[in-house]
Amino acid sequence: MSITGAEALIKSLEAEGVEVIFGYPGGAVLSIYDALRESSIKHVLVRQEQAAVHAASGYSRVTGRPGVCLATSGPGATNLVTGIATAYMDSIPVIAITGQVATGMVGTDAFQEVDIFGITMPITKHNYLVQKAEDLPRIVREAFHIAKTGRPGPVLIDIPRDVSGVLLEKYEPVTQVDLRGYKPTYRGHPSQIRNLAQMIKEAEKPLIYAGGGILRSGAHEELLALAERINAPVTTTLLGLGGFPENHPLSLGMLGMHGTPYANLAVQQCDLLIGLGVRFDDRVTLSVEHFAPNAKVVHVDIDPAEIGKNVLVDLPIVGDVRLVLEDLLGLVEEKEHPEWIEEIHRLKKEYPLTYGDGKSKLRPQYILEKLAELLRGKEAIVTSDVGQHQMWAAQYGKYVKPNSFLTSGGLGTMGYGVPAAVGAQVGAPKATVVAVTGDGSFQMHMAELATATENNLPIKILLFNNSYLGLVKQLQHFFVEGRYTGVEFTGNPDFVRLVSAYRNACGYRITKPEEVEPVLKEALHNGRLTLIECVISDQELVYPVVPNDKGLDQMIQFPGEE
Amino acid sequence: MKHTLSVLVENKPGVLSRIAGLFARRGYNIDSLAVGRTEDPAVSRMTIVVEGDERVVEQVTKQLHKLVDVIKLWDMTNEEYVDRELILIKVHADPATRAEIMQIVDIFRARIVDIGRNSLIIECTGDAGKINAIESALRPFGLRELVRTGKIALARGQKQKD
Repeated sequence: MSITGAEALIKSLEAEGVEVIFGYPGGAVLSIYDALRESSIKHVLVRQEQAAVHAASGYSRVTGRPGVCLATSGPGATNLVTGIATAYMDSIPVIAITGQVATGMVGTDAFQEVDIFGITMPITKHNYLVQKAEDLPRIVREAFHIAKTGRPGPVLIDIPRDVSGVLLEKYEPVTQVDLRGYKPTYRGHPSQIRNLAQMIKEAEKPLIYAGGGILRSGAHEELLALAERINAPVTTTLLGLGGFPENHPLSLGMLGMHGTPYANLAVQQCDLLIGLGVRFDDRVTLSVEHFAPNAKVVHVDIDPAEIGKNVLVDLPIVGDVRLVLEDLLGLVEEKEHPEWIEEIHRLKKEYPLTYGDGKSKLRPQYILEKLAELLRGKEAIVTSDVGQHQMWAAQYGKYVKPNSFLTSGGLGTMGYGVPAAVGAQVGAPKATVVAVTGDGSFQMHMAELATATENNLPIKILLFNNSYLGLVKQLQHFFVEGRYTGVEFTGNPDFVRLVSAYRNACGYRITKPEEVEPVLKEALHNGRLTLIECVISDQELVYPVVPNDKGLDQMIQFPGEE
Repeated sequence: MKHTLSVLVENKPGVLSRIAGLFARRGYNIDSLAVGRTEDPAVSRMTIVVEGDERVVEQVTKQLHKLVDVIKLWDMTNEEYVDRELILIKVHADPATRAEIMQIVDIFRARIVDIGRNSLIIECTGDAGKINAIESALRPFGLRELVRTGKIALARGQKQKD
């Protein structure tokens, strides 16, 4: 029985267990869409291709499986680019499939032709331009293998229209992968792990700095076991939030530019810094020379190229962080450091994360605290966009479960929140999914309200509206003496009316603190696509702030109420 | 310091672009890059000369390793290896200078591969030092055009191991 290239593609995707594709059709993917009709794979039609990648990313983060997105050639493909780069920076396994003009037309500047293979080389873990339909089953198998193993990341498959349209004599499934140039190291070197155990034994002020690698490798239980056994406080990166329960006494919350004051101060004091699945990003370290000055630095990561890239480390361990911790737990004994723990308590008490009074006027931090309270104990996923609201959501969200906070960390892509919530809700239909956003970020992908309503996704959009691009305004406040340029929105729509224009959707507006709890309660239980607009002051700032050239102890702290 | 990397890669479309792009976007300086297929037609060998301190070269090699199409690579700098470069030089030569140029060609064990009315094309192979030397020896006669292949290299002795 003969089969088209497109059908072979879809069969191969089914063989990978793909249940949903986020996509947008076009001329170069006609036969792929045609083949999709006959498939068990559900198609979620987005409103712009970038949203398809973000949705695939959100889906991947909550299901632990690669998310798949599909777009046509040319503009369809280029619209994917920001989404792919976002997934690449945050190590999210995504498979992006694009149509391409027919092989005979490649290179002729044909209609809707773009070299997406060339364009995405620097922002994919690997990519393919398929030459023959016979190769599709192998390429799909390889793409999934590459995307989800080692350090995960996006893989793009560009398929010329004649390759998807051609008839093949038969479909031959491929189950084995043979890539001689791709052999990730999973087990850490035993002697290095022994060295780490020894360093832990000798340390008086150990501190664990945990990142997205904890979530990607599923190491949260091992992390908790290690922290409790050696009595080490744990600070996480923005991407590591949820990897260690924030209600745990050893949790320090997030570190870095807008980290908690006590986490940042603890990093500067510790004598052993154990980096797990992190990359010593500049938003974490700020001035590298002043970072953790008293500490021996250990770096565990599956990507050898991350080790020694930004900071020099005393002990490198290449391996999957879960497997390394598993081995390490076999070697370390219980440890107590009462003085260090006492010092941590002192830092938490004397340098709290604070914003002042949330009762007399509407404060975003207060709203997020209330949201966290209402979501406690539920299956809940919070996504965020990028801006001040993102930092507040990171600071006050109190995440206790892995993959319960989805945000664009590395690339800082505004517009991520709503489409990621769409993908998360598709992947976790029973969960309460809340997209925390701002008036700037929301307007980048507000078209996805239609995708949400079309698919009966009751996502909640918590929109902080200050009619400004708050985080840029804040940068201008601190670093260009308050000369505000290009940051004010005077043409914002009435967001409540806007969302009400969509089928089976509703909106609320919060202007006073006493409205927060009742409105959130109602919104979380109404079973509908809902937008809650919170009208906040444009004077709100994210505190603390560590300037780029300063050490983490040189924070600009919350100055108190005016 | 200059490092010589020997890189075995899959002989697939786009692989040169992947490697060149990696160097460009991470700000590494390629001194030279030579590529051709090996005893296995599915595999090409690239000889890349890169300028940088130990830390830069460590990053370069790690980043190269991350490419799925890179099969193996070695930094040969501190190993025993044979390296060669090929140069073709078109030099200005009139009857008055031709003899002198031919002497230089002899000294360098190079060859004249083409003769024109007022020019010669000279072919020379050797390590970078020798190639630089013949180039400067011929420069006073007037270099019309020249092309160099960039360095290729192989480790001495047994087949290179990891």
